[in-house]
Amino acid sequence: MSVESVYPLLEPLLPQIRKPVQYVGGEVNSTVKEWDETDVRWALFYPDAYEVGLPNQGIAILYEVLNEQPGVLAERTYSVWPDLERLMREQDIPQFTVDAHRPVGAFDLLGISFSTELGYTNLLTALDLAKIPLLSAERTDAHPVVVAGGHAAFNPEPIADFLDAVVLGDGEEAVLAITALVREWKRSGRPGGRDGLLLSLAATGAVYVPRFYDVRYLPDGRIERVEPNRPGVPGSVRKHTLLDLDAWPYPKAPVVPVAETVHERYSVEIFRGCTRGCRFCQAGMITRPVRERSITTVGKMVESGIAATGFAEVGLLSLSSADHSEINEIAVDLADCYEGSNVGLSLPSTRVDAFNVTLADELSRNGKRSGLTFAPEGGSERMRAVINKMVTEDDLIRTVTTAYSSGWRQVKLYFMCGLPTETDDDVLAIADLARHVIAAGRKATGRRDIRCTVSIGGFVPKPHTPFQWAAQCPPGVVDTRLRALGAALRADRAYGKAIGYRYHDGSPSLIEGLLSRGDRRVARVILAAWRDGARFDGWGEYFSFTRWTDAASRALAGEPVDLDWYTTRERDYGEVLPWDHLDSGLDRDWLWEDWQAAVAPDGAGEVEDCRWTPCYECGVCPAMGTEIQTGPTGERLDGRRMLPVLASGR
Amino acid sequence: MSKPAPRGAAPPPAVQHLLIRYAKRGKMRFASHLDVARAFERGVRRAGLPVAYSAGFTPHPKISYAGGAPTGVASEAEYLSLALTSRNEAGVVRERLNAALPDGIDVIAVTEDAGGLPASRLTASEWQVILPGLTPDSVAPVVRKFLALEHAPVERLTSKGLRRMDARSAVVTLDVHGLEDDSAGDDNAVGHGADHDAGTALRMVVRHTAPAVRPDDVLAALREVSDVIPTAPPLMTRLAQGSLGESGVVAL
Repeated sequence: MSVESVYPLLEPLLPQIRKPVQYVGGEVNSTVKEWDETDVRWALFYPDAYEVGLPNQGIAILYEVLNEQPGVLAERTYSVWPDLERLMREQDIPQFTVDAHRPVGAFDLLGISFSTELGYTNLLTALDLAKIPLLSAERTDAHPVVVAGGHAAFNPEPIADFLDAVVLGDGEEAVLAITALVREWKRSGRPGGRDGLLLSLAATGAVYVPRFYDVRYLPDGRIERVEPNRPGVPGSVRKHTLLDLDAWPYPKAPVVPVAETVHERYSVEIFRGCTRGCRFCQAGMITRPVRERSITTVGKMVESGIAATGFAEVGLLSLSSADHSEINEIAVDLADCYEGSNVGLSLPSTRVDAFNVTLADELSRNGKRSGLTFAPEGGSERMRAVINKMVTEDDLIRTVTTAYSSGWRQVKLYFMCGLPTETDDDVLAIADLARHVIAAGRKATGRRDIRCTVSIGGFVPKPHTPFQWAAQCPPGVVDTRLRALGAALRADRAYGKAIGYRYHDGSPSLIEGLLSRGDRRVARVILAAWRDGARFDGWGEYFSFTRWTDAASRALAGEPVDLDWYTTRERDYGEVLPWDHLDSGLDRDWLWEDWQAAVAPDGAGEVEDCRWTPCYECGVCPAMGTEIQTGPTGERLDGRRMLPVLASGR
Repeated sequence: MSKPAPRGAAPPPAVQHLLIRYAKRGKMRFASHLDVARAFERGVRRAGLPVAYSAGFTPHPKISYAGGAPTGVASEAEYLSLALTSRNEAGVVRERLNAALPDGIDVIAVTEDAGGLPASRLTASEWQVILPGLTPDSVAPVVRKFLALEHAPVERLTSKGLRRMDARSAVVTLDVHGLEDDSAGDDNAVGHGADHDAGTALRMVVRHTAPAVRPDDVLAALREVSDVIPTAPPLMTRLAQGSLGESGVVAL
């Protein structure tokens, strides 16, 4: 049975809403397949607006991986803004895909990529508009299987009631394995119905089906245990790790938006994973080990990606791009290859390291040197030791001196506020650091028009990190420290005008904290907040703190737990954490020891990077059967030239 | 410290100037001017055309656009000029661009023309407005009354605030056609997938003014005359753009 496009119903609404082009599809490289010629159909949902969701690498990769398969169809769907949501409800138009405007409810699977917990309420809007029951338990064989993935699904417990299945880790192979099981289930007459399919997914040990696990609580509110409630379901679920990134060179030809989006570039992941060991960083913990893409594959992807998209900018993505074993060769060779071509190259530069500046110089050979970004994260040396961000003030001053001397006018510094053990002085130390940065820049260049921007946000403890046990800093304390820092920066006569200050207030972080480390009881809070109108919680103009606190007090009334219990309470070693049955490969005892090392009274202990020092036994490789995959390969791209800085070594 | 300057040789000079007429059709009528410009910049790169770039730190492709049809309004007569650093056959440029652009942003004609797109070359447009469900007989008296007016002041909220304009003085001609009427539009102009089995087409020649009077402004003025004209946004299409001649718009 074919499925009708909702476009004829949607079209008359488009002149009445903002930026209608985001809903019309038809982009270069988008794929529309015949419905009837496919037997497994995925709707891929990014739970934010098109302008944010379109550039998302996860969706772009899976869209291509799935559509390359014969008999498989994948279309994209994004959150609709409230102006269209209102009209869709009035006119009874269901959540639709932008590719062929098919109703999401007609697909076999609805795959969702969560980058942030603040997208959870947008899941509910999409399910509701799609006429899919919000609760997994209420869905029938007629509804799509709702599968979540992405970093913010590594603790899916707060949204467990709304999901049928969850995939931890890399999605490329996982979506194909799920596709094969769904195909088999459909071909053999849907044995066991919906539960039969979910059981076959759960039995692999690689797909988490929340409904097949029961959570028991202690009288004080803590979890007693989480255990499977039927045979054939494993006690814990493993994350997926893609090995050999060269065998998976996606996205090859990502969709080129007509509408304006947040990143207008062709992005290539040059490696996945990070073992720098920053204790706050969930991404670095859950994506281990490091797996590099070779310089040759990167070169080929850039070449064909630009040809396929026409993008004028290439982004070399990873969690810490300067750490690629052949980053110098990649930067120099690509810069050579594209010299004079008006193709720009960019590297998200986050490491405080003069070498990073040299790379940025190389990549911006023809361009304007406007701004460079570094992330010291902590203002004082002591704070940076606590978070294992091993950067000294001397490193930072050397780095910014190099940057200003080679023509960069603006340096942006990222920090966090509310880190474990933080005091007012640790945050005020950021002001001193910024003053020293400007002083060094003025001295190095002899100019007064150099600038530095301090950008700071509230820290949220995340699951699967050493800080998963930490008490989140109350937003009132965060806000007081941020105000004091702002005042200190503004009060400075000699440097104040050269220092910009950007901060986010602490209250959204508290809700992010609730959603990050919550358990299944938090689902009630999410549902209540959504019913009260929560949408697009990642957007300041839509987020309402009181809506969330009201929802939390109502939904948790009568429970021994509340918003503070989930956020500002420190956990101890023995407490069962809501995500303990979800295996990211990290050894729980290793995480605990690292947490203890962070807050050791006589100063924090340091953990090195296992790429260059012996394995420190985080547990991932043996648990997951994986290995570090790094170069150098010794290969070069055409148009080679060595960077002089390398002669002096890194 | 020396002032940073772009490295490398100056960009190659333009040797060929092309004038491109293109359409904004179907779903792509919802693209804004900026959306269309981005699509062309990517399109010329995907097409592998040797587009000329400006010099300086942030080189821009030498493409200039005439004032585009508003977001949501279709067009068969949008113009841009494109400078290339090597000579290319116009037909080949058209083919390669059409293969590289999203469907609905369609190149209609490519001609060699170094005249650029000064306002003096594009002084008027012919627009078509489809009013489904209305008979020509019901619309004709409204149009007659409008044409008899000396002034028809209308207001429109723009991103720059509330703009006032005289919709009547900008209108050169305004005709009413039945939709079955052959003259009411070629396939391209009407082919938007909507069902137009009964209705009226307005054809109007409107002078380019500042602030611009758009077909929806004329419609707003018609609505002032009579509430026969519906408030729902109709399908609007620019059919031609050029200079104002004796018998209407002389296409560029």
